[in-house]
Amino acid sequence: MLDPKKLKYLKSHEWLDMNGDAGTVGISDHAQKEITDVVFIEPPKVGRQVKQGEACCVVESVKAAFDIYAPVSGEIVAVNADAVKDPALVNTEAFGKGWLFKLKASSPGEASKLMDHAAYEEFLKAEAAHGSH
Amino acid sequence: MSTSAVLRRTALYESHKSLGGKIVDFHGWELPVQFESIIKEHEATRRRCGLFDVSHMGQVFVTGPGALAFLQKVNANDIARIGPGKAIYSHLPNERGGVVDDVIVSCLAQGRYLVVVNAATADKDFAWFQKHARGFDVALENKSDHFGMIAAQGPRAAEVTALIAPAAFSLPRFGALELELYGQPSFITRTGYTGEDGFEFIVPNEIVVRVWEDLLAQGRSLGAQPCGLGARDTLRLEAGYLLYGQDLDDNITTYEANYGWVVKLEKGDFIGKDALKKQRTEGILRKLTGVKLLERGVPRAGASVLVDGREAGKFCSATYSPSLQSGIGTGYLDRPDLAPGTKASVVLHGREIPAEIVKTPFYLSSNLKKGDL
Repeated sequence: MLDPKKLKYLKSHEWLDMNGDAGTVGISDHAQKEITDVVFIEPPKVGRQVKQGEACCVVESVKAAFDIYAPVSGEIVAVNADAVKDPALVNTEAFGKGWLFKLKASSPGEASKLMDHAAYEEFLKAEAAHGSH
Repeated sequence: MSTSAVLRRTALYESHKSLGGKIVDFHGWELPVQFESIIKEHEATRRRCGLFDVSHMGQVFVTGPGALAFLQKVNANDIARIGPGKAIYSHLPNERGGVVDDVIVSCLAQGRYLVVVNAATADKDFAWFQKHARGFDVALENKSDHFGMIAAQGPRAAEVTALIAPAAFSLPRFGALELELYGQPSFITRTGYTGEDGFEFIVPNEIVVRVWEDLLAQGRSLGAQPCGLGARDTLRLEAGYLLYGQDLDDNITTYEANYGWVVKLEKGDFIGKDALKKQRTEGILRKLTGVKLLERGVPRAGASVLVDGREAGKFCSATYSPSLQSGIGTGYLDRPDLAPGTKASVVLHGREIPAEIVKTPFYLSSNLKKGDL
C-alpha cells in the first residue's frame, strides 16, 4: 500500500503517485467511502493519450457512476486488470491494490499544480463544513 | 416539496450516527443510506438478518362498524379476505385507476384496522381517506408521528425477533400481532419489502431506541446487523417490489405496474373499479417490465431500454443486483407483449449494452413461496 502522505490529489478525489515520468492513479480512501461499493470499472484503453483534467475512466458504485480525470497529461501505459475483475479492491485498498491505471507523463511538471496530502486534508475539511452533514 | 423544508429525523437518528451510518436526505427524512457497505448489508439480509429503520413510514388507524366497508371502497384488494391477525398488500386506486399509494392493511380486530402507508404520501393518503369516509361509520386516526417502525428481515429474522417478542415467532407470513413491548402497546407483522422472510415492528417513538438497540445487541450472535436504505433499495428491486413515487404514482395503474393480482374486480364496488375494469378488457399500452443486463455495467433510473432498435421506454428503477451480480432495472415499456428472453439493450454512457427481458421478481428467496409477495 502506498503512503497517502506522499501522494498528490485532485479536487475530484483522484490520487497520483509520481516517480519521474511514471504516474499511478487511483481514488482516495475518502472517495471510496463516499461513493460506496464499487461494482464496475471501465478503464481507459492502453495507448490512449490523455490531457490533464480529461475524463478517461469510469468507476461505478451501487449508487452512481463517477468519471475519473487524468491528473497529468500523458499516455496510458497500464490498467489494473485485478481491479477491473474485482472492483471491490477499490473499497478495500484505495491506496494500493485498488489503483486504476498508470500513465507515462508527457509533462511531469504538471503534478506540481496538484494538492499535496496536507492541502487535500484541508480541502476535505472545507468540503465537509460546506456540506449539510 | 420545497427544498428549504426542514429535514425530519426518526427517533433512531442519534443511534444511526453513533453506528457510523451515512445519513442522506430521503424524501425529506434524514436516514442512513448505509452503515458499512450496501453490498455487505444486502448479503447480510439475504443470508442472516438485516435491521432497518423504516420509521418514516406512516400509520393510519381505521376503526368503527363501517371500517371494513370503508376500506373495501378505497382499496383495490379484497380486505374482507383478512380477519383479525392477518395483513394484506393493496393499492389505493383513484377514479382513473391510477394509484394514490401502495399500502399494507392489517386487521387488528373486527372493525379495527391499521394501514401502513408510505412516508411521502402519508398526508395525501390521510386526506384521501377523510374525503371518502363520508357516509361511513368510521373513525380515522393518523398516528404517523406517534409510531416508529423497525424491520427485521432475512432467514434468521424470526429468531432475532423472538429474542424480544417470543410470541411473534409463530406468526404466519402476513400475520399481524398486537402486543405490549416494554409496557407499550405495539404491533408486529410478518411482512417486509426485501423478498425475505421478515417482521416489522410498529412501536411508539418512546421505545423505538430500546427495540432497535436490544435487537442489535441480542441479535448480533445470530448475525443481525444494521442496514441502510441503499440495501433496502437493491433488495426490494431484486424482489420485484414497487417503490411509490418512482415506479408507481397517481397516473400509473395497477395493471400497468404488472400487479394485476392486487385488483379484485369481483369483490364489489370500489374507487377506480370502472376504469380498471375497462383497462382489463381493452388491455394496457405499457407495462412495468424487468430487464437484465447481459454484460457488465450499472444501469440507473432514466436509462433508455431499446427493443427492436427503438426506445421502448426508460428505467424507473435500476441498480446493480448483488444477488445476480449484474445490472437490473424495471421500466414502463410500450411493448406489453414482450416475452421473457426477448433481446433488448440498455443505453449507458452513450453505449448500447446487450440485455434481455426477464420475469420479475429477479430474485426469489428459497425461504418464501411465490405467493408470499
